[in-house]
Amino acid sequence: MSFAWMAWTLPTTLFFVAIALLLTGMGVLAKLAPRNEPRVGILRIATQRGDRLFLSLLGSAFIHLAWIALAPAALPLWMATMASLVYAALVFRFA
Amino acid sequence: MKPVNQKAWFLVLPVLLLVAISAVIPLMTVVNYSVQDTFGNNQFFWAGTSWYEKVLHSERFWNALLRDLMFSAIILAIEIPLGVIVALAMPRKGWGVAVCLVLMALPLLIPWNVVGTIWQVFSREDIGLLGGALKGMGVDYNAVQDPVDAWVTLIVMDVWHWTSLVTLLAYAGLVSIPDAYYQAARIDGASGWSVFRFIQLPKMARVLTIAVLLRFMDSFMIFAEPFVVTGGGPGNTTTFMSIDLENLRASNELGQGAAMSLIYFLIILLFSWIFYAVMTREDAPRPDKAPDKTGGAP
Repeated sequence: MSFAWMAWTLPTTLFFVAIALLLTGMGVLAKLAPRNEPRVGILRIATQRGDRLFLSLLGSAFIHLAWIALAPAALPLWMATMASLVYAALVFRFA
Repeated sequence: MKPVNQKAWFLVLPVLLLVAISAVIPLMTVVNYSVQDTFGNNQFFWAGTSWYEKVLHSERFWNALLRDLMFSAIILAIEIPLGVIVALAMPRKGWGVAVCLVLMALPLLIPWNVVGTIWQVFSREDIGLLGGALKGMGVDYNAVQDPVDAWVTLIVMDVWHWTSLVTLLAYAGLVSIPDAYYQAARIDGASGWSVFRFIQLPKMARVLTIAVLLRFMDSFMIFAEPFVVTGGGPGNTTTFMSIDLENLRASNELGQGAAMSLIYFLIILLFSWIFYAVMTREDAPRPDKAPDKTGGAP
Protein backbone atom coordinates (compact mmCIF):
# COMPACT_ATOMS: atom_id res chain seq x y z
CA MET A 1 0.00 0.00 0.00
CA SER A 2 1.42 3.34 -1.02
CA PHE A 3 1.06 6.46 1.07
CA ALA A 4 2.51 8.78 -1.58
CA TRP A 5 -0.82 10.61 -1.75
CA MET A 6 -0.27 11.74 1.85
CA ALA A 7 2.72 13.75 0.60
CA TRP A 8 4.93 13.23 3.65
CA THR A 9 7.84 15.56 4.25
CA LEU A 10 10.58 15.37 6.88
CA PRO A 11 9.40 18.43 8.88
CA THR A 12 5.77 17.27 9.03
CA THR A 13 6.89 13.72 9.91
CA LEU A 14 9.01 15.09 12.76
CA PHE A 15 6.07 17.23 13.88
CA PHE A 16 3.70 14.26 14.12
CA VAL A 17 6.35 12.05 15.73
CA ALA A 18 6.82 14.78 18.36
CA ILE A 19 3.05 14.90 18.99
CA ALA A 20 2.91 11.10 19.26
CA LEU A 21 5.87 11.09 21.67
CA LEU A 22 4.24 13.80 23.77
CA LEU A 23 1.01 11.82 24.02
CA THR A 24 2.87 8.60 24.84
CA GLY A 25 4.98 10.45 27.39
CA MET A 26 1.89 11.87 29.07
CA GLY A 27 0.39 8.38 29.24
CA VAL A 28 3.55 6.95 30.81
CA LEU A 29 3.75 9.89 33.21
CA ALA A 30 0.15 9.37 34.29
CA LYS A 31 0.99 5.75 35.10
CA LEU A 32 4.33 6.35 36.81
CA ALA A 33 3.68 9.65 38.57
CA PRO A 34 -0.05 10.17 39.02
CA ARG A 35 -1.08 13.49 40.52
CA ASN A 36 -3.93 14.50 42.74
CA GLU A 37 -5.81 16.27 39.98
CA PRO A 38 -7.74 18.12 38.57
CA ARG A 39 -6.63 21.45 39.97
CA VAL A 40 -7.95 24.97 39.46
CA GLY A 41 -5.48 27.59 38.28
CA ILE A 42 -5.66 31.10 36.91
CA LEU A 43 -8.16 30.04 34.25
CA ARG A 44 -10.62 29.19 37.06
CA ILE A 45 -11.43 25.83 35.47
CA ALA A 46 -10.42 22.35 36.50
CA THR A 47 -7.49 21.13 34.42
CA GLN A 48 -5.47 17.95 34.34
CA ARG A 49 -2.07 17.44 32.74
CA GLY A 50 -3.72 16.40 29.48
CA ASP A 51 -5.84 19.56 29.45
CA ARG A 52 -2.75 21.67 29.97
CA LEU A 53 -0.96 19.88 27.13
CA PHE A 54 -3.96 20.50 24.88
CA LEU A 55 -4.00 24.19 25.84
CA SER A 56 -0.27 24.42 25.23
CA LEU A 57 -0.52 22.87 21.76
CA LEU A 58 -3.58 24.91 20.77
CA GLY A 59 -2.04 28.13 22.06
CA SER A 60 1.25 27.33 20.31
CA ALA A 61 -0.58 26.91 17.01
CA PHE A 62 -2.18 30.34 17.43
CA ILE A 63 1.13 31.91 18.46
CA HIS A 64 2.69 30.62 15.23
CA LEU A 65 -0.27 31.84 13.16
CA ALA A 66 -0.16 35.25 14.82
CA TRP A 67 3.58 35.38 14.17
CA ILE A 68 3.08 34.64 10.48
CA ALA A 69 0.25 37.20 10.25
CA LEU A 70 1.74 40.05 12.28
CA ALA A 71 5.50 39.76 12.76
CA PRO A 72 7.85 41.46 10.30
CA ALA A 73 9.32 39.06 7.73
CA ALA A 74 12.80 39.60 9.18
CA LEU A 75 11.85 37.83 12.40
CA PRO A 76 12.29 34.06 11.93
CA LEU A 77 9.58 31.56 12.85
CA TRP A 78 11.72 29.78 15.44
CA MET A 79 11.18 32.81 17.67
CA ALA A 80 7.47 31.93 17.69
CA THR A 81 8.47 28.39 18.71
CA MET A 82 10.49 29.82 21.60
CA ALA A 83 7.53 31.98 22.62
CA SER A 84 5.33 28.86 22.46
CA LEU A 85 7.66 26.96 24.78
CA VAL A 86 7.52 29.81 27.30
CA TYR A 87 3.74 29.89 26.94
CA ALA A 88 3.54 26.10 27.46
CA ALA A 89 5.71 26.36 30.59
CA LEU A 90 3.38 29.06 31.97
CA VAL A 91 0.30 26.96 31.18
CA PHE A 92 1.75 23.90 32.93
CA ARG A 93 2.74 25.99 35.95
CA PHE A 94 -0.26 28.26 36.43
CA ALA A 95 -3.30 26.96 34.45
CA MET B 1 -13.67 0.59 46.34
CA LYS B 2 -14.49 -1.14 43.07
CA PRO B 3 -11.65 -2.92 41.28
CA VAL B 4 -10.49 -1.12 38.15
CA ASN B 5 -10.55 -3.21 34.99
CA GLN B 6 -8.61 -1.63 32.16
CA LYS B 7 -9.73 -4.30 29.69
CA ALA B 8 -12.75 -2.14 28.83
CA TRP B 9 -10.39 0.03 26.78
CA PHE B 10 -10.31 -2.77 24.18
CA LEU B 11 -13.99 -2.05 23.53
CA VAL B 12 -13.15 1.40 22.17
CA LEU B 13 -10.42 0.10 19.85
CA PRO B 14 -12.76 -0.30 16.84
CA VAL B 15 -13.90 3.30 17.28
CA LEU B 16 -10.31 4.49 17.57
CA LEU B 17 -9.50 2.67 14.34
CA LEU B 18 -12.49 4.24 12.62
CA VAL B 19 -11.54 7.72 13.83
CA ALA B 20 -7.93 7.15 12.74
CA ILE B 21 -9.04 6.31 9.22
CA SER B 22 -11.79 8.89 8.90
CA ALA B 23 -10.25 11.84 10.76
CA VAL B 24 -6.61 11.54 11.84
CA ILE B 25 -5.12 10.35 8.55
CA PRO B 26 -6.99 12.98 6.47
CA LEU B 27 -5.96 15.65 8.99
CA MET B 28 -2.31 14.60 8.73
CA THR B 29 -2.60 14.71 4.95
CA VAL B 30 -4.02 18.23 5.11
CA VAL B 31 -1.08 19.29 7.29
CA ASN B 32 1.29 17.81 4.70
CA TYR B 33 -0.50 19.57 1.83
CA SER B 34 -0.46 22.90 3.67
CA VAL B 35 3.32 23.19 3.46
CA GLN B 36 3.62 22.07 -0.16
CA ASP B 37 2.54 22.97 -3.65
CA THR B 38 1.40 20.56 -6.32
CA PHE B 39 0.57 20.57 -9.99
CA GLY B 40 -1.09 17.16 -9.82
CA ASN B 41 0.17 13.65 -10.51
CA ASN B 42 1.15 13.20 -6.83
CA GLN B 43 4.15 15.50 -7.24
CA PHE B 44 4.67 17.93 -4.38
CA PHE B 45 7.11 20.79 -3.84
CA TRP B 46 8.10 22.25 -0.49
CA ALA B 47 6.46 25.64 0.10
CA GLY B 48 7.13 26.18 3.81
CA THR B 49 4.76 28.62 5.47
CA SER B 50 4.01 30.55 2.28
CA TRP B 51 0.40 29.30 2.04
CA TYR B 52 -0.28 30.38 5.62
CA GLU B 53 1.24 33.79 4.84
CA LYS B 54 -0.95 34.09 1.77
CA VAL B 55 -4.12 33.11 3.62
CA LEU B 56 -3.46 35.25 6.71
CA HIS B 57 -2.61 38.31 4.63
CA SER B 58 -5.60 37.94 2.30
CA GLU B 59 -8.69 40.11 2.69
CA ARG B 60 -10.72 37.25 1.25
CA PHE B 61 -9.97 35.02 4.28
CA TRP B 62 -10.74 37.67 6.90
CA ASN B 63 -13.97 38.67 5.15
CA ALA B 64 -15.12 35.04 5.02
CA LEU B 65 -14.24 34.59 8.71
CA LEU B 66 -16.15 37.76 9.59
CA ARG B 67 -19.18 36.51 7.65
CA ASP B 68 -19.04 33.20 9.51
CA LEU B 69 -18.86 34.91 12.90
CA MET B 70 -21.67 37.30 11.98
CA PHE B 71 -23.88 34.51 10.74
CA SER B 72 -23.30 32.42 13.89
CA ALA B 73 -23.93 35.42 16.17
CA ILE B 74 -27.18 36.31 14.40
CA ILE B 75 -28.62 32.82 14.33
CA LEU B 76 -27.66 32.19 17.99
CA ALA B 77 -29.31 35.48 19.00
CA ILE B 78 -32.52 34.35 17.28
CA GLU B 79 -32.60 30.58 17.73
CA ILE B 80 -31.77 30.32 21.43
CA PRO B 81 -34.48 32.71 22.76
CA LEU B 82 -36.99 31.51 20.17
CA GLY B 83 -36.29 27.87 21.01
CA VAL B 84 -36.83 28.56 24.71
CA ILE B 85 -40.07 30.46 24.05
CA VAL B 86 -41.44 27.60 21.92
CA ALA B 87 -40.37 25.05 24.56
CA LEU B 88 -42.16 27.05 27.26
CA ALA B 89 -45.30 27.14 25.12
CA MET B 90 -45.30 23.39 24.45
CA PRO B 91 -47.71 21.23 26.49
CA ARG B 92 -46.24 19.05 29.26
CA LYS B 93 -49.09 16.52 29.40
CA GLY B 94 -51.66 14.93 27.11
CA TRP B 95 -51.79 14.06 23.43
CA GLY B 96 -50.33 17.42 22.42
CA VAL B 97 -46.90 16.40 23.68
CA ALA B 98 -46.36 13.71 21.04
CA VAL B 99 -47.75 15.92 18.25
CA CYS B 100 -45.48 18.83 19.21
CA LEU B 101 -42.41 16.62 19.54
CA VAL B 102 -42.96 15.06 16.10
CA LEU B 103 -43.58 18.48 14.51
CA MET B 104 -40.45 19.84 16.15
CA ALA B 105 -38.35 16.91 15.00
CA LEU B 106 -39.48 17.10 11.36
CA PRO B 107 -37.13 19.86 10.12
CA LEU B 108 -34.20 18.08 11.78
CA LEU B 109 -34.82 14.98 9.69
CA ILE B 110 -34.34 16.79 6.38
CA PRO B 111 -30.81 16.61 4.93
CA TRP B 112 -28.90 19.88 4.59
CA ASN B 113 -28.76 19.91 0.79
CA VAL B 114 -32.50 19.16 0.56
CA VAL B 115 -33.18 22.08 2.91
CA GLY B 116 -31.08 24.24 0.61
CA THR B 117 -33.00 23.07 -2.46
CA ILE B 118 -36.37 23.62 -0.74
CA TRP B 119 -35.42 27.19 0.17
CA GLN B 120 -33.79 27.89 -3.16
CA VAL B 121 -37.09 27.06 -4.90
CA PHE B 122 -39.18 28.62 -2.12
CA SER B 123 -37.41 31.97 -2.42
CA ARG B 124 -37.53 32.23 -6.21
CA GLU B 125 -39.81 35.03 -7.30
CA ASP B 126 -40.97 33.25 -10.48
CA ILE B 127 -42.00 29.84 -9.10
CA GLY B 128 -41.36 30.03 -5.33
CA LEU B 129 -44.14 30.52 -2.79
CA LEU B 130 -42.16 32.96 -0.64
CA GLY B 131 -40.58 34.91 -3.50
CA GLY B 132 -43.85 35.02 -5.44
CA ALA B 133 -45.90 36.07 -2.40
CA LEU B 134 -43.47 38.85 -1.51
CA LYS B 135 -43.43 40.04 -5.09
CA GLY B 136 -47.23 39.96 -5.13
CA MET B 137 -47.28 42.17 -2.01
CA GLY B 138 -45.02 44.64 -3.73
CA VAL B 139 -41.91 43.81 -1.66
CA ASP B 140 -38.71 44.26 -3.60
CA TYR B 141 -37.18 40.87 -2.77
CA ASN B 142 -34.50 39.06 -4.72
CA ALA B 143 -32.19 36.67 -2.90
CA VAL B 144 -30.09 36.15 -6.02
CA GLN B 145 -29.19 39.79 -6.61
CA ASP B 146 -29.63 41.60 -3.29
CA PRO B 147 -27.08 40.84 -0.52
CA VAL B 148 -29.47 41.78 2.32
CA ASP B 149 -32.21 39.56 0.87
CA ALA B 150 -29.71 36.72 0.49
CA TRP B 151 -28.63 37.04 4.12
CA VAL B 152 -32.22 37.28 5.38
CA THR B 153 -33.13 34.16 3.38
CA LEU B 154 -30.19 32.19 4.79
CA ILE B 155 -30.94 33.29 8.35
CA VAL B 156 -34.66 32.51 8.10
CA MET B 157 -33.80 29.14 6.54
CA ASP B 158 -31.40 28.28 9.35
CA VAL B 159 -33.90 29.41 11.98
CA TRP B 160 -36.56 27.23 10.34
CA HIS B 161 -34.19 24.25 10.16
CA TRP B 162 -32.53 24.37 13.57
CA THR B 163 -34.66 26.23 16.13
CA SER B 164 -36.45 22.97 16.86
CA LEU B 165 -33.19 21.45 18.09
CA VAL B 166 -32.92 24.21 20.69
CA THR B 167 -36.62 23.72 21.49
CA LEU B 168 -36.22 19.99 22.05
CA LEU B 169 -33.17 20.47 24.27
CA ALA B 170 -34.86 23.25 26.27
CA TYR B 171 -38.02 21.12 26.55
CA ALA B 172 -35.96 18.21 27.91
CA GLY B 173 -34.58 20.58 30.54
CA LEU B 174 -38.06 21.88 31.41
CA VAL B 175 -39.73 18.49 31.85
CA SER B 176 -36.95 17.37 34.18
CA ILE B 177 -37.89 20.04 36.76
CA PRO B 178 -39.77 18.38 39.63
CA ASP B 179 -43.27 19.69 40.41
CA ALA B 180 -42.13 20.54 43.94
CA TYR B 181 -40.30 23.60 42.60
CA TYR B 182 -43.46 24.95 40.99
CA GLN B 183 -45.52 24.17 44.12
CA ALA B 184 -43.03 26.09 46.26
CA ALA B 185 -43.13 28.99 43.80
CA ARG B 186 -46.95 29.04 43.93
CA ILE B 187 -46.92 29.07 47.76
CA ASP B 188 -44.49 32.01 47.67
CA GLY B 189 -46.71 33.80 45.15
CA ALA B 190 -43.93 33.97 42.55
CA SER B 191 -44.75 35.68 39.26
CA GLY B 192 -44.40 33.94 35.91
CA TRP B 193 -41.18 35.83 35.24
CA SER B 194 -39.73 34.85 38.64
CA VAL B 195 -40.53 31.18 37.98
CA PHE B 196 -38.72 31.45 34.66
CA ARG B 197 -35.78 33.45 36.02
CA PHE B 198 -35.12 31.49 39.21
CA ILE B 199 -36.39 27.97 38.45
CA GLN B 200 -36.70 27.22 34.75
CA LEU B 201 -33.71 29.12 33.39
CA PRO B 202 -31.17 27.73 35.92
CA LYS B 203 -32.50 24.23 35.33
CA MET B 204 -32.19 24.69 31.57
CA ALA B 205 -28.72 26.26 31.75
CA ARG B 206 -26.86 23.02 31.05
CA VAL B 207 -28.89 21.99 28.02
CA LEU B 208 -28.88 25.54 26.70
CA THR B 209 -25.07 25.59 26.87
CA ILE B 210 -25.06 22.39 24.84
CA ALA B 211 -27.54 23.98 22.42
CA VAL B 212 -25.32 27.05 22.02
CA LEU B 213 -22.28 24.83 21.43
CA LEU B 214 -24.04 22.63 18.87
CA ARG B 215 -25.60 25.54 17.03
CA PHE B 216 -22.39 27.54 17.01
CA MET B 217 -20.41 24.61 15.62
CA ASP B 218 -23.00 23.82 12.97
CA SER B 219 -23.57 27.41 11.89
CA PHE B 220 -19.86 28.19 11.84
CA MET B 221 -19.29 25.22 9.54
CA ILE B 222 -22.40 25.84 7.42
CA PHE B 223 -21.88 24.80 3.81
CA ALA B 224 -24.58 22.91 1.93
CA GLU B 225 -27.52 25.27 2.49
CA PRO B 226 -25.89 28.55 1.38
CA PHE B 227 -24.00 26.70 -1.35
CA VAL B 228 -27.32 25.55 -2.82
CA VAL B 229 -29.41 28.68 -2.09
CA THR B 230 -27.02 31.50 -2.99
CA GLY B 231 -23.84 29.76 -4.19
CA GLY B 232 -21.90 32.29 -2.10
CA GLY B 233 -23.39 35.27 -3.91
CA PRO B 234 -24.40 37.81 -4.89
CA GLY B 235 -20.74 38.63 -5.39
CA ASN B 236 -19.03 37.19 -2.35
CA THR B 237 -21.55 38.43 0.19
CA THR B 238 -22.56 34.96 1.41
CA THR B 239 -19.24 33.23 0.76
CA PHE B 240 -18.52 31.61 4.11
CA MET B 241 -15.20 29.93 4.83
CA SER B 242 -16.52 26.51 3.91
CA ILE B 243 -17.68 27.79 0.51
CA ASP B 244 -14.36 29.55 0.00
CA LEU B 245 -12.62 26.25 0.72
CA GLU B 246 -14.76 24.51 -1.86
CA ASN B 247 -13.83 27.22 -4.38
CA LEU B 248 -10.15 26.61 -3.65
CA ARG B 249 -10.60 22.86 -4.02
CA ALA B 250 -12.45 23.33 -7.28
CA SER B 251 -9.57 25.39 -8.64
CA ASN B 252 -7.11 22.72 -7.42
CA GLU B 253 -5.40 25.09 -4.94
CA LEU B 254 -4.61 22.25 -2.53
CA GLY B 255 -1.87 24.02 -0.56
CA GLN B 256 -3.81 27.22 0.08
CA GLY B 257 -6.98 25.25 0.76
CA ALA B 258 -5.16 23.02 3.24
CA ALA B 259 -3.65 26.01 5.09
CA MET B 260 -7.07 27.66 5.27
CA SER B 261 -8.67 24.38 6.43
CA LEU B 262 -6.22 24.09 9.29
CA ILE B 263 -6.79 27.67 10.42
CA TYR B 264 -10.54 27.02 10.21
CA PHE B 265 -10.06 23.80 12.23
CA LEU B 266 -8.02 25.60 14.91
CA ILE B 267 -10.66 28.32 15.28
CA ILE B 268 -13.38 25.70 15.73
CA LEU B 269 -11.18 23.82 18.20
CA LEU B 270 -10.63 27.02 20.19
CA PHE B 271 -14.33 27.87 20.38
CA SER B 272 -15.19 24.26 21.26
CA TRP B 273 -12.69 24.34 24.10
CA ILE B 274 -14.09 27.65 25.39
CA PHE B 275 -17.61 26.19 25.41
CA TYR B 276 -16.34 22.98 27.03
CA ALA B 277 -14.58 25.04 29.71
CA VAL B 278 -17.74 27.01 30.41
CA MET B 279 -19.82 23.83 30.54
CA THR B 280 -17.50 22.06 32.96
CA ARG B 281 -16.79 25.12 35.09
CA GLU B 282 -19.59 24.30 37.54
CA ASP B 283 -18.00 20.94 38.28
CA ALA B 284 -14.65 22.46 39.19
CA PRO B 285 -13.45 21.87 42.74
CA ARG B 286 -13.38 25.05 44.83
CA PRO B 287 -10.10 25.03 46.75
CA ASP B 288 -10.71 28.57 47.95
CA LYS B 289 -13.70 27.40 49.99
CA ALA B 290 -13.22 25.63 53.30
CA PRO B 291 -14.39 22.02 53.32
CA ASP B 292 -17.82 21.50 54.80
CA LYS B 293 -17.22 19.68 58.09
CA THR B 294 -20.89 19.21 58.83
CA GLY B 295 -21.18 16.58 56.12
CA GLY B 296 -23.32 18.82 53.95
CA ALA B 297 -26.00 19.51 56.56
CA PRO B 298 -27.26 23.10 56.53
